[in-house]
Amino acid sequence: MQKQLAKMKQSLFDQGYLDEQFIQLEDLQDDANPNFVEEVVTLYYRDSVRLVQNIEQALEKNPLDFSKLEGYMHQFKGSSSSFGAKKVKTECTQFREYCRAGNAEGCKRTFQELKKEYATLKKKLEVYFQLARQAGPVEKACRPK
Amino acid sequence: MVGNSTKKIRALVVDDDRLVRRIHGMLLTRFGMETNAVENGKEAVDLFASGKCYDLVFMDMDMPIMDGPKATQMLREMGVSSTIVGVTSRSLETETQAFMEAGLDACWEKPLTRAGIISLLDQVAKKLL
Repeated sequence: MQKQLAKMKQSLFDQGYLDEQFIQLEDLQDDANPNFVEEVVTLYYRDSVRLVQNIEQALEKNPLDFSKLEGYMHQFKGSSSSFGAKKVKTECTQFREYCRAGNAEGCKRTFQELKKEYATLKKKLEVYFQLARQAGPVEKACRPK
Repeated sequence: MVGNSTKKIRALVVDDDRLVRRIHGMLLTRFGMETNAVENGKEAVDLFASGKCYDLVFMDMDMPIMDGPKATQMLREMGVSSTIVGVTSRSLETETQAFMEAGLDACWEKPLTRAGIISLLDQVAKKLL
């Protein structure tokens, strides 16, 4: 189970879904807070729902308020990078560049990509955390006291 | 590291993002600090004004109601000598410069790291002794 977990984590890194920040967070976990990273990710997906909605609504306006959109994306990028969501972060950066260039099509296109990455990561992490929870107790039982 | 003092370093995280407050808070707590967190610059200023003391403040740049530079400026005007570290997700030099000039001891890019905090501890501990 541990091997499976390690393999999955490695694959998430190799495919560029996560970066070093994720490891930093895992390092903060201990017996008192064994599921800290899962808690952080859950918080992220909960908090960002409204942000995604706001961006979608803002993208429907004509003309686009690029300054407002950039503000939203600044927030999104901050949260996403705080737990190592690499691909999502990249899309955020791209989106902001299109905002600065005043490129409405670019923004809309990038946002679609962003939502895709956001959803994909969520699914992958759900599997990862499920594995981690299963693997957890086993590890503790095996650890010499 | 702080000698035989049982006094914990008191840290304050000032950030409008709940996730960042949680993460930075946890990181600092793991370093054995007593940690509090508030949502914006005004809440931070109010805390100090009410007589609360913090050795270390991590101040986000962009926040509603009162932003980092403004809050930092106010704290310094109030005579607060705590170590204040600006934390920003922007990296435009002009913005960082302005933030520093408001009275920061240092300005870092998010996220906070272990290494960064370790480099601070020495400085903060000296102030406590």
